[in-house]
Amino acid sequence: MDWRGWAEIVFTIGLTLALSWPLGAYLKRVWTGEPTWLDPALGPVQRGTLALLGVKPGTSQGWLAYTVSVLAFSAVGFAFLYAILRLQGLLPFNPQGFGGLSPHLAFNTAVSFVTNTNWQSYVPEATVSTFSQMAGLTVQNFVSAAAGLAIAAAVARAFAADRAEGLGNFWVDVVRIVLYVLLPVSLVGALVLVALDVPQSLAAGTPVTTVEGAQQTLALFPVASQEIIKQFGANGGGIFNANSAHPFENPNAWTNLIQIVAMNVLGLAAVFAFGRMVIATREARALAAVMVILLGAAAGGLYAAETLTPQPAMQAAHVAVGPSMEGKEVRFGPASTAVFAAATTGASDGAVNGMHGSFTPLGGGIALFMIQLGEILPGGVGSGLYGMIVMALLAVFVAGLMVGRTPEYLGKKVEAREIKFAMLAVLILPIVILGFSAVAAVLPVALKGLLNSGPHGLSEILYAYSSAAGNNGSAFAGLTANAPWWNTTLGIAMLLGRFAYIVPVLAIAGSIAAKPKLAPTAGTLSSAGPMFTGLLIGIILILGGLQFFPALALGPIVEHFQVLAAAR
Amino acid sequence: MSDTLADGPSAKRAIGSATLSRAVVLEALKSAFLKLDPRQLTGNPVILATEVVAALATVSAVVAIATGQPAGFPIQMALWLWATVLFANLAESVAEGRGKAAADSLRASRVTTKAKLIIDPVAGTWIPTPAHKLGVGEIVLVEAGDVIPSDGEIIEGVASVNEAAITGESAPVIRESGGDRSAVTGGTTVVSDWLKVRITSEAGSTFLDRMIAMVEGADRRKTPNELALAVLLAGLTLVFLVAVVTLVGLGAYSGVKLDPMILGALFVTLIPTTIGGLLSAVGIAGMDRLLKVNVLATSGRAVEAAGDIDTLLLDKTGTITFGNRMAAEVVPAPGVRPEVALRAAMMASLADETPEGRSIVELAREQGLTAQTPEGATFIAFSAVTRQSGLDAGKSSWRKGAVDAVLKTLNLRPDDAPAEFRQAVDRIARSGGTPLACSENGALVGVIHLKDVVKPGVKERFADLRRMGVRTVMITGDNPVTAAAIASEAGVDDFLAEATPEDKLRMIRAEQAKGRLVAMCGDGANDAPALAQADVGVAMQTGAQAAREAGNMVDLDSDPTKVLNIVEVGKQLLITRGALTTFSIANDVAKYFAIIPALFVASLPALGAMNIMRLHSPQSAILSAVIFNALVIVALIPLALRGVKYRAIGASKLLSRNLSIYGLGGLVAPFIGIKLIDLVVAGFGWA
Repeated sequence: MDWRGWAEIVFTIGLTLALSWPLGAYLKRVWTGEPTWLDPALGPVQRGTLALLGVKPGTSQGWLAYTVSVLAFSAVGFAFLYAILRLQGLLPFNPQGFGGLSPHLAFNTAVSFVTNTNWQSYVPEATVSTFSQMAGLTVQNFVSAAAGLAIAAAVARAFAADRAEGLGNFWVDVVRIVLYVLLPVSLVGALVLVALDVPQSLAAGTPVTTVEGAQQTLALFPVASQEIIKQFGANGGGIFNANSAHPFENPNAWTNLIQIVAMNVLGLAAVFAFGRMVIATREARALAAVMVILLGAAAGGLYAAETLTPQPAMQAAHVAVGPSMEGKEVRFGPASTAVFAAATTGASDGAVNGMHGSFTPLGGGIALFMIQLGEILPGGVGSGLYGMIVMALLAVFVAGLMVGRTPEYLGKKVEAREIKFAMLAVLILPIVILGFSAVAAVLPVALKGLLNSGPHGLSEILYAYSSAAGNNGSAFAGLTANAPWWNTTLGIAMLLGRFAYIVPVLAIAGSIAAKPKLAPTAGTLSSAGPMFTGLLIGIILILGGLQFFPALALGPIVEHFQVLAAAR
Repeated sequence: MSDTLADGPSAKRAIGSATLSRAVVLEALKSAFLKLDPRQLTGNPVILATEVVAALATVSAVVAIATGQPAGFPIQMALWLWATVLFANLAESVAEGRGKAAADSLRASRVTTKAKLIIDPVAGTWIPTPAHKLGVGEIVLVEAGDVIPSDGEIIEGVASVNEAAITGESAPVIRESGGDRSAVTGGTTVVSDWLKVRITSEAGSTFLDRMIAMVEGADRRKTPNELALAVLLAGLTLVFLVAVVTLVGLGAYSGVKLDPMILGALFVTLIPTTIGGLLSAVGIAGMDRLLKVNVLATSGRAVEAAGDIDTLLLDKTGTITFGNRMAAEVVPAPGVRPEVALRAAMMASLADETPEGRSIVELAREQGLTAQTPEGATFIAFSAVTRQSGLDAGKSSWRKGAVDAVLKTLNLRPDDAPAEFRQAVDRIARSGGTPLACSENGALVGVIHLKDVVKPGVKERFADLRRMGVRTVMITGDNPVTAAAIASEAGVDDFLAEATPEDKLRMIRAEQAKGRLVAMCGDGANDAPALAQADVGVAMQTGAQAAREAGNMVDLDSDPTKVLNIVEVGKQLLITRGALTTFSIANDVAKYFAIIPALFVASLPALGAMNIMRLHSPQSAILSAVIFNALVIVALIPLALRGVKYRAIGASKLLSRNLSIYGLGGLVAPFIGIKLIDLVVAGFGWA
């Protein structure tokens, strides 16, 4: 541990925060339909696309209609992607001549990309053709992120409204977000990455002679264009199995910095856009503060765990003990890897530049716990915001009672209906993660996929289901998931984690929108400032901790104490 | 600055003052056992779940005994789990018991004597009829010494009525036909004169009946906020069910053998039993606290709404200013020397014990006059008919009273009074004061200026209300100039001058349209629409029947400042719920540190490092956590009944205060408590 490591963590997160503020201002204009300087170029495209979809701009949907639109959109996206993956062998742009995916793998992969998870049960460079990559997976990288941001826009409208029926139009939201936010940033970002030596090619690969003189073909893909939306949309699905640890995806410190910033900047920007839209900038700042503080704590914790945890095997071998380098790229080192791991698990991104399963027990445990906290730090694009708002509603409810009023958040009373749906949403993660894990932990067919036994094996199981249910997509390397049991249950976990959460969230939005917007009084609990920030952090940690502590005790926690005992 | 908003409960007997007598406690214990019936617990999933686990623990204890295994531990576990359920039931029973005791004392005042039903209104003949057979619209005669058989409206007569049965106030009040004092309540007693009363309530739905039902909590439905909290608690219970049940699989993987009873114990200690067990007690106690200040709410929903009030409409008279005005000056009639007029005013008030009368004497004293009541003087009391009072001594006589009444006595038409006198009367009236004419020996000598005086301390109370986020609006019939003067003196946020009942209604609707909750109090029949429209409408017990029907609370003391107490009780109710919920959830952290290492340490010795409390053994750790969980309910019953104190210090200060007490305290307390219990358990060798 040294000051440069800490400085890097602070600088990376600080840069993300600094960039998210102006991006949030811009995103708000996109959400509300206010004019932007891209209008001359994109206005006609937007009108054309909406006309093609048969959407009348300006029609607002009630929460149910909005929800149905989200679900229908995702269902169609799933059907297309599934078909592409199954029929890959018959489709063009398949230089390596890959065949179609097995039914369970195609199901898992299609669900994975439609839910913005990007869990990959397969080795991409040996499984997925360029066509599947570009026409299938990358399309979902854009639209699944756009769907999350659209729902966040609907939630923002609900809080801004005063006794309103509608939450906006899902189709307009998705089209505008793709056109005005995701495409332009990806275009610029891809060019920057190319300039920083990330390859962009349609060729099958390039032959090279290794140092030992052997011949080898290095797989090539349009990497740069895929890489930027992978991070900017909090997707995380790599072109290569090694993901951002691969030198083609993430060749140097600059691309590494861009990737970390890109995976969190839009999630944070959504919070600031929310603040502007609801005219609650101070309250939005509190939400962003919660995200950044916990993200920073996780990065710091990971850095400390990776550098301070004793390494009994190294001690026994009488090797000078430095930071634990297992699972880390030498060109990044512990600090860059720690901040990347915290960022990718705090956002529901899932890209990795190191192998989480090879971290120290505590370091891997922190990554795991970050996902289990609900992917709200700052979470996926849009989804982090609405997840955080669910937590804020619960925090306000409990704390609001303690100031002697029916609790309200941003001028909206929090009553039985909101609490009911918030609890439904909160219940999804423990049910899916712990439920599936408990079954898999005793099911021989599931256990076959584990690389390790003992607590580390349990961590692999917990991590897989947490990653799926949290729509994160990163893996605790070690689990071989390309088997019917894992592909199917992880697919179900992803579906539930995404849609069983979205429905109650939109129901809350509908109920919130219909309520009168109250002016704050001296008796109203302020949802801005350090106290609320601290309260929200406490609620998130306690609620998350209470749900997962027993399971974590049997995984990373006991493993950590075993390491300590062995080192003594 | 005082902690409370309004004065404490009045010194006289209050309905809700039944204390925790032995009889109440015994009755509560009995009912706590009766409530073990699972059907009674369906509304409380947290406690129902606890009972299920207790039953399972009992089964495993019995199995242990039958198979000859060591049974000490399972028996103790089962007992403490049952105790947890019993303690939760006890909290509710105690709260209910206090209400029942109050209801019994009310029931005693129900009429058992026969009513005098008038069968011929012209002749006034009546026949004795049992009170419960009286129908709406029938007319009864009530004479001195009779108990009024049912609620009704006076159609004829004036009488003094003792309403102690309802209000606890033993001084009789005047009830008369017409106007806003024409309502009488069944169960009260006519002390003098007689009344003819038209019955307005069916037997069984009279004010007294409803009061008894309310006090007993017979018709207790969950309030909106209680519902929301119950949902939260049920959700948390489910979360912990998942966390505990999945441990079976996760534990099996890790080679840990888990005793189902221990898992059950973990589940019970994690679910929010503290707030789950105390939730309904908190609600009942809230109603009870209202009763203690002699306010009767028609629903728990109204009590809760009181805590949320944003705008408070207050009548000026009696609330902000003394209903009794104070003498400010005596303006002499033309040709009368000032000291003569002042002296006459003083003589007319010498025997007058009303605050107005005393204030006149006080005014004269301040200006250097002294006087003794002459020998053999007779006091002429104020009456509703003459509307003047005074003193007769020998041939001298002094009168003061309503201007028109005094002039009439002097055989003067209003226009005949001297111009200067009339101007003075006008000026006084315009400034918001009350003019009283004064005469000496049949001659007009001047006009006394009675002025509104703002009650001491109201300004501070309004400041408190402002800190709570409640905006105060003064309602007055005064002209805007006077109203503004009093409003600024009293420190209200806004005022409505020359207000008609329609104005009140309009104002309430306008506030509600802005999403605000409005409270008001009123007593007149013309207040009824506004009382019904307001979210919290407090009717005065002395007020018109229509007003009492329209409001959702009745103040038995007819004291409009009571609204402040009501708001406070409502806030206390919510704060208590929030505080106990926070405490309950925060407790779980320590319980994990007690039970998780105990569960796994045999198979995974490394987890022994998590036993930071250094508890004696796995069994003692688990038993101690269960015992703490049960005892904390009992320990918090008094807090649930009394309520967490409300302090008007602003939302954020209040939150940080309550968070540090119940949040931080909730984190720390169980670490200490469980450790202490573990020392005892280990010391006695129980586990």
